[in-house]
Amino acid sequence: MRFINRHPERGGRLLLALLPFVLLLLVYVIASATRLAENPDDRLLPSVGQMADAVRQMAFTEDERTGEYLMWSDTAASLKRLAAGLGVAALAGLCLGIAAGSFPILGAAFSPLLAVVSMIPPLAVLPILFIVFGLDELSKVMLIVIGVTPLLARDLEQRAREMPQEVLVKAQTLGANSWTIVLRVILPQLLSRLLVSLRLLMGAAWLFLISAEAISATAGLGYRIFLVRRYMAMDVILPYVLWITLLAWLTDYALRRLNRWWFPWSEGARA
Amino acid sequence: MNLRRIILALSLGLASLLSTTAHAGTRQSFSICWTIYAGWMPWEYAQVQGIIDKWAGKYGIRIKAVQLNDYIESINQYTAGQFDGCTMTNMDALTIPAAGGVDSTALIPGSYSNGNDGIVLKGQGKSLKDIKGQNVHLVQFSVSHYLLARGLETVGLRERDIKVVNTSDADIGGAFATSEVQAAVAWNPQLSTIAAMPGAAKVFDSSKIPGEILDLLVVNTATLKDNPGLGKALTGAWFEVMALMKAKNAEALAQMAKASGTTLEGYQAQLATTAMLYEPAEALRLATSPQLPDAMKRVAKFSFDKGLLGAGARSADAIGVAFPDGVVNGNAQNIKLRFDDTYLRLAADGKL
Repeated sequence: MRFINRHPERGGRLLLALLPFVLLLLVYVIASATRLAENPDDRLLPSVGQMADAVRQMAFTEDERTGEYLMWSDTAASLKRLAAGLGVAALAGLCLGIAAGSFPILGAAFSPLLAVVSMIPPLAVLPILFIVFGLDELSKVMLIVIGVTPLLARDLEQRAREMPQEVLVKAQTLGANSWTIVLRVILPQLLSRLLVSLRLLMGAAWLFLISAEAISATAGLGYRIFLVRRYMAMDVILPYVLWITLLAWLTDYALRRLNRWWFPWSEGARA
Repeated sequence: MNLRRIILALSLGLASLLSTTAHAGTRQSFSICWTIYAGWMPWEYAQVQGIIDKWAGKYGIRIKAVQLNDYIESINQYTAGQFDGCTMTNMDALTIPAAGGVDSTALIPGSYSNGNDGIVLKGQGKSLKDIKGQNVHLVQFSVSHYLLARGLETVGLRERDIKVVNTSDADIGGAFATSEVQAAVAWNPQLSTIAAMPGAAKVFDSSKIPGEILDLLVVNTATLKDNPGLGKALTGAWFEVMALMKAKNAEALAQMAKASGTTLEGYQAQLATTAMLYEPAEALRLATSPQLPDAMKRVAKFSFDKGLLGAGARSADAIGVAFPDGVVNGNAQNIKLRFDDTYLRLAADGKL
């Protein structure tokens, strides 16, 4: 049988999925053990035990100075910023996308602007963001909004354009005006696409969040990573990276379930 | 099935890539790293003008001085074993390589900050006392943080009387331009930029704690021990450039100014607040001065209080710091940072 036609069995699939993870873990454990055998104080590749100690310290021990559990207060601060940023970006992106995608006149005005603005790397204009939005929470949320909105708007605009002409004509013969068409025909279809778009842009949103926290902050997952990098505490950084990965994966999973639950038709199931 | 063996061999191979550390033993070729700072620009000049090559050739070795853009990353690279030496402050030498178990030697104390680090407040007629209750923007756990702690001590305040906001050094200038930032601690060249903003005043600087913030060239102790030529060549090259700087050699200063991205006037202004130790005898005096162990004790206490010595450290004395003449701070069984006068003495006696 040709390789291209071979499919993994059920058990085999799980094994193949786990294999790269096990391999990575093995590489890490061996490398860490080698370095620690040479220099027991090495900080570059801490052992699993050292990382567990760091997690115990960060997540389950009260900080002496603030009385907070640092890892949880960092997580809360970061998630709040991420949620606010993505929420605003989703709303703005949806409005802009629908406006530019459904109404040719608005599209003529907005499309080129969105195309240009979405190409500006937000991190390159950080000093301007500081001066306009200050250094507090607002600037961190705005970095996410500015980074994600144009991409979201362009994607939704494209989807609105792809709306079958027959559907729009049908709605109009049934007496719908522009407003009704947007509300009853275009919006429901685009909402599902919005969730898919958000999933794809989640990585970018995290990137902007962590960059913003690295520049000026008093709490947050990115803040902590850049702070302890000052003395190369990889035993804190690596668990934080794993935690961020887990959070990002969970949000991705939640958005996928939400999409399937709210818009069962979007993945081909019957409503 | 051989799969298990293949996986094991593969992981061992990859793991060995990750676990390379600097290996001691006699070697021919070395590399050191440096970052842009007024007191470290001589390394740029020495590299470009072939002064390092000349001195390395004299001792039959090759040395490359590599400029890295990110200061902390350069120290991390050195600590991970990618470089045989690196420029850093005394505090970072203690908290990164030494606390990371890499036995390091401060080969050349090139200069100390004499006003290059400062606390700046906004408002007319402000003094350091007015910092109470403010949000202070600085790079947390850096020498700025140490300077702030020392400054607060002098006016009877403690860190809990203020709130520190971690702000990247690259962005502190932009941050200080916004209205909500009223207090900042920074080093040059950013310090001179923010202190010059209208309505801002420098209320404390490192000239009030001379000799506590040192800018060093640190090398791996084991490498140095096996290759004394490395120490001799680096020391020789350094003081050759120092002699040019002391003589105010226009061509040398202009090149260093250009490489650090400023004008000759700008560079000279930065040098004015940097106490360069031009003569081997001056550097030797600093390395052997009885104030040095005291300063390092303060730095160790600050570092321990902030948790910078690592989770394993039980006290500020966990890491031993050795000084010339056998003086040791902290645990003598665990000496990881050494101030060495061997090569400075050779330079002072003209024996290099």
